[in-house]
Amino acid sequence: MTTVSAVSPDTHKAIRRDALGIAAYAGAFGASFGAVSIASGLSVAQTVVLSVVMFSGASQFALVGVIGGGGAGLAAIPTALLLGVRNAFYGVPMARILGREGLRGLRRPVAAHLVIDETTAMAVAREDPEAQRYAFWTTGVLLFTFWNTGTAAGALASSRIGDVGALGLDAMAPAAFLALLWPRLRVPAARWVAAAGALIATALVPLVPAGLPVLATAPVAVVAGLLPRRRTEEAP
Amino acid sequence: MIWLAVLAAAVGCYLLKLAGVSVPASLLERPAVQRIAMFLPVAMLAALVATGLFDAGGRLAVDFALLAGVGAAVVALVARQSFLVVILVAAATTAVLRALT
Repeated sequence: MTTVSAVSPDTHKAIRRDALGIAAYAGAFGASFGAVSIASGLSVAQTVVLSVVMFSGASQFALVGVIGGGGAGLAAIPTALLLGVRNAFYGVPMARILGREGLRGLRRPVAAHLVIDETTAMAVAREDPEAQRYAFWTTGVLLFTFWNTGTAAGALASSRIGDVGALGLDAMAPAAFLALLWPRLRVPAARWVAAAGALIATALVPLVPAGLPVLATAPVAVVAGLLPRRRTEEAP
Repeated sequence: MIWLAVLAAAVGCYLLKLAGVSVPASLLERPAVQRIAMFLPVAMLAALVATGLFDAGGRLAVDFALLAGVGAAVVALVARQSFLVVILVAAATTAVLRALT
């Protein structure tokens, strides 16, 4: 295919359709975050601010999970930050795709906020640089809108529910963490890391203040990352 | 205290994203650094699942309705259901078991 490099409107249309699908899904995901956040003891305002300013699902769920578990705010902060570290790594391909021009002036702080799992995946999946940029911005703007609308709706709806336990809302947080973890377990080494993390955190529950058992598993990731890979073709 | 955690963590997470598009790529492209970044969410999400299940205010306890709910979530994940279905199945299972017992 060496004909034209110009992007046809069809491609833009296809990107918009994909982005809308992801955004609609994020709206529902955001609503569940709103519900879990309220069930964890945060106010509607705190929940909405989290989705607007943090705008990173796993970190948001982790923050409210640690606070809901009785953890001091001080332990919740590093937990959310360590889960947000992966977004910095998405910045490498995104900076390359957006280029110096695409990150000039005010575009850099705005683009940076939109660098998350979904936008990076949508952008790197395209081949044409123009389509990659279009996919990033379209997905980012739609997702941001739907995520925050969903969060507000979920938070407002669940703030009217009195008994969290009777509706099983306390099961939503661990189920959400499990759903976020699931696709990452395809790499065999990751299963060992997950098992070690779960065991260490459980063992520490009676020994250290709330919030710290989760934080204490970060060194597991560091050790696993520094270990030499035994087989070169480990990942599928 | 909750506000402090919300604002500090939110701003910090934003700064991580900003750093990602601003620091030299060579800094983040070292294999060991990438592997640590890949394993961090794995270890911590697994820890969050475990403490969500077994931490009853600083002591270990098992709430069978909660455990069954997350067990149902595993079934939904194996059946390749979407995120929303997974957590709704978990909540519904736990709620039904609590209503029955």
